[in-house]
Amino acid sequence: MKVLVAVKRVVDYNVKVRPKADGSGVELNNLKMSINPFCEIAVEEAVRLKEKGIATEIIVVSIGSQQAQEQIRTSLALGADRGILIKTDQELEPLAIAKCLKVICDQESPDVVLMGKQSIDGDNNQTGQMLGALTGYPQGTFASELTVDAGKASVTREIDGGSQTISLVLPAIVTTDLRLNEPRYASLPNIMKAKKKPIDETTPEALGVDTSPRVSILKVEPPATRAAGIKVASVDELLDKLRNEAKVIG
Amino acid sequence: MSILVIAEHDNSSLKAATLNAVTAAQAIGGEITVLVAGSGCGDVATAAAKILGVNKVLVADNPAYEHRLAENLAPLIAELVSGYSHVLAPATTTGKNIVPRAAALLDVQPISDIMTVESADTFKRPIYAGNIIATVKSTDAIKVMTVRTTAFDAASEEGGSASIESIDNGHDSGTSTFVGEELAVSERPELTSAKIVISGGRGMASSENFQLLEKVADKLGAAIGASRAAVDAGFVPNDMQVGQTGKIVAPELYIAVGISGAIQHLAGMKDSKVIVAINKDEEAPIFQVADYGLVADLFDVLPEVETKL
Repeated sequence: MKVLVAVKRVVDYNVKVRPKADGSGVELNNLKMSINPFCEIAVEEAVRLKEKGIATEIIVVSIGSQQAQEQIRTSLALGADRGILIKTDQELEPLAIAKCLKVICDQESPDVVLMGKQSIDGDNNQTGQMLGALTGYPQGTFASELTVDAGKASVTREIDGGSQTISLVLPAIVTTDLRLNEPRYASLPNIMKAKKKPIDETTPEALGVDTSPRVSILKVEPPATRAAGIKVASVDELLDKLRNEAKVIG
Repeated sequence: MSILVIAEHDNSSLKAATLNAVTAAQAIGGEITVLVAGSGCGDVATAAAKILGVNKVLVADNPAYEHRLAENLAPLIAELVSGYSHVLAPATTTGKNIVPRAAALLDVQPISDIMTVESADTFKRPIYAGNIIATVKSTDAIKVMTVRTTAFDAASEEGGSASIESIDNGHDSGTSTFVGEELAVSERPELTSAKIVISGGRGMASSENFQLLEKVADKLGAAIGASRAAVDAGFVPNDMQVGQTGKIVAPELYIAVGISGAIQHLAGMKDSKVIVAINKDEEAPIFQVADYGLVADLFDVLPEVETKL
């Protein structure tokens, strides 16, 4: 069984980003970049499927600049078998990304496509669902548990107020939530081995995908800040403020 | 303009998140139609027709829509969309699951989590865990989006008298099946719609200590939340998590107890009207967003608050 994992290169989750001075975009120069945390969970889940003897091959695909190769290498070091880099210096929207991935699905015919539920830069939470529409594959989004057996995937999903379990006919798309697993660290021997694993390169143009943007960013700005509050000295003072000043409790 | 709002419901009752999405639709302006897709969902349609500002309710009552599986609902939405300028759904887990799939069928790039309506094609939305607000303009012929419910007031549940129209249409992809669900049952108000939320963090130190919060919550009629640190430490189940990757809340009063205030937690609660922080570390970042901060040991404070309420 073949597993395709899509990964994204993003600003590391520990870095606090700022808008550029002119508000035209986000300041990304010289920031630490990493694999999107949800994507890392997707890679880990694929590796676990392989360790259980369910998956036989893991292909990891990323769309981005030449440097996105680093995130593919990271995934190869975690246990993926080969990589595909869809090279572009344009910041693609989820629809264009889903269209690229659809072509890769047509070429590779994976049984399971694993990807993060969202990237921590755009926070769109769309690509998996859109790939589902384009391929016709069913989708198990926000997965906290996955079992694959007899041509079906059982996915437990994190939903508002609890969890839901659905059964999907393969091939299927699964997008990962935080609690699906805890990714391992790559060992040094595996990092060395990953350097020898193959990475194919292509481009959106070569895949025949129109990447013209549909949404333009007019402005970015920091969120409204809250006015500084006060420190109270005691529970009595706190309750008095809440009752008589803020009037939020009776 | 003509706007289609996808109703959030459980086949028996309309969920409040729908009301926030209707308000966002009103901010765009135009005729508002609410789509109720479910199974045995007649009561939901009746409730939707009463929402103030709604002109029409479409009901797709079919067994295929019972659990609102994306594979079945996305083609329904895509099919209905001609004639509408906008499609809106609340940014709940259901909305986020279905809307992008429908949008891709329409070859539209959707916009997630809108916080404001600047004009019919321009919206503000949070990126980078809410650390940046982007103003975005859609050039697609149909604008498809999800609505951050805490950013829009709820439309009135009474006063409307929309017409109700049935759609005879059932898409069943046959590729996905509902197996079951486990929903947390609680006497307390739901986290995302509660007027008061009290949350505990790593400082609570154990699962048992959350009882201290429960006692205060009971007196206030509050919902109980938690930081990711408390969830990761196993003190409470993950559906209680408030934060960028958990629930986004914006109650009248948010009380953070033993929570340091990591960026990802702040992203989930900083739109609350009044924020109280109780923490023994006076350097904790949570105090920077708190209206009222109390530097003290929560194990002394919580019992005292409970007695004095």
